[in-house]
Amino acid sequence: MSKKKEAKKIVFESEKEMPAVPMSLGSMLYNKTGAWRNIKPVIDLSRCIKCGICWKFCPDASIDIVDDWPQINYVYCKGCGLCAEECPQKCIAMVEEEK
Amino acid sequence: MSKERKMTLTIPREEYMSPGHLACQGCGASLAMRLALKGLGQKTIVCIPACCWAVIDGPFPHSSLDIPIYHCAFETAASSASGVRAGLDMVGDTETTVLAWAGDGGTFDIGLQALSGAAERNDDIIYTCYDNEAYMNTGIQRSSATPIGAWTTTTPVKHYKKERKKDIIGIMAAHGIPYIATASVAYPEDMVKKFKKAREIKGTRFIHVFAPCPAGWKSRPEDTVKLARLAVQTGYFPLYEIEDGEKWTLNLKVKERKPIAEYLKLQGRFRHLKEEEIALIQQEVDARWARILKHCGL
Repeated sequence: MSKKKEAKKIVFESEKEMPAVPMSLGSMLYNKTGAWRNIKPVIDLSRCIKCGICWKFCPDASIDIVDDWPQINYVYCKGCGLCAEECPQKCIAMVEEEK
Repeated sequence: MSKERKMTLTIPREEYMSPGHLACQGCGASLAMRLALKGLGQKTIVCIPACCWAVIDGPFPHSSLDIPIYHCAFETAASSASGVRAGLDMVGDTETTVLAWAGDGGTFDIGLQALSGAAERNDDIIYTCYDNEAYMNTGIQRSSATPIGAWTTTTPVKHYKKERKKDIIGIMAAHGIPYIATASVAYPEDMVKKFKKAREIKGTRFIHVFAPCPAGWKSRPEDTVKLARLAVQTGYFPLYEIEDGEKWTLNLKVKERKPIAEYLKLQGRFRHLKEEEIALIQQEVDARWARILKHCGL
C-alpha cells in the first residue's frame, strides 16, 4: 500500500554485478506464496460489516482495503485461516483450492 | 448489512512489511513485526540477530521490509543497535529510531549480557523480544523462555520441561530503564500504542511481545490470535508497562480470569499434562498474577 514495488527476482550473472556490501536491492514480492495454500478464504461481502479485523490480523499483509472493502490478495495469501477464525460476522469461508 | 457504513481503522493504515515473506502460515512473529512497524513508522532501522526473523525477511538481495535491516550475530542484537545509534548520532540524525528485534533465545539466553550492557549504559534504543517460547527457527529446542510443562525436541514428553520461565521483565525492571512494556498480537491497538509511546521516550526501552508459533506449539495456524488472547485472559501473559523502573500500570484489567487449561488444551506441546500438573501451572499463574497486581497497587 505504501509505494509501488517490483515483484522481480534479482539474479546476478557474475560476481562483478554484486554490490560491494551486502544490501537489499529488491522486495520479496517475487515470492508468490499463494502456492503454499490448500484452502482459500472467500469473503461474503453481503454480510461484511467493514470492521477491518481480517485486515488487522493478517500475518501476511495479504488483505488490502480497496474502496473501503476488504479484498484478499490471492497471489500471496498462505491460507492460514486466521481471518475466517477472527471474523465477528463469520462471513469468511475457507474453501478447498481447485487443482 | 449496512452498505453505507464507513470502514474505521483503529490502527495506522501504512504497511511497512510486504507480502511474500518466508514465515509459516499463521505466524505470530510476522504479525508482531507488521504491527510494531505501524507504530514506529518509516524512520526506523532494525537490527535482527539470528532468529526466525533473520529467515522470514528473505534471502540476499531481497527484503520484505521497507526499512533498513542490519543482520547481526546471535548475541549482539542490543550492542549492534547501540552501535547503529552511536553512528546516527555522529552524523547528527536524532530522528531515526533504532529497533533491536530479537527472539526469545536471543534475549533470554544468548543476548542477555549485551542487553544488560545496553540497559546499563541506557543507550537510546528500543529492544523488542518477540517471544515464541523456544528456538523455533532451528527446530524447537528448549530455551529459558519455554514455560514449565512444555514439550520441545530437547525436552521430550517423558522429560518435559520442569523449570520455570525466566522473568525477563523482572530482570529489565531491576535495570531501572525508562520504559518496559508487554504487548500481545491479539491486542493490536494496545501494541501499536505502546510502540508509539516508546518512540517518544529517550533511553533504553524494552518491549516483550507475545507471538504464538503454530509450528512449534503444535497448534492450528488459525488459532494464533485466539491463543495470544487466551494468554492475556488467563493471566498467563498480562499486559502491563513499567515506567522508570517504578511506576507499574496494568493495561488490561481482566476481571474474571479464565482457567489456564483452556489455553493449554489448544496446544499439542501440552497434550501430555495430567490434571494435577495443570493445577500446579494454574497455581503458578495465580501467584504471578497476584505479584503483578501488588506491583500495580491494585
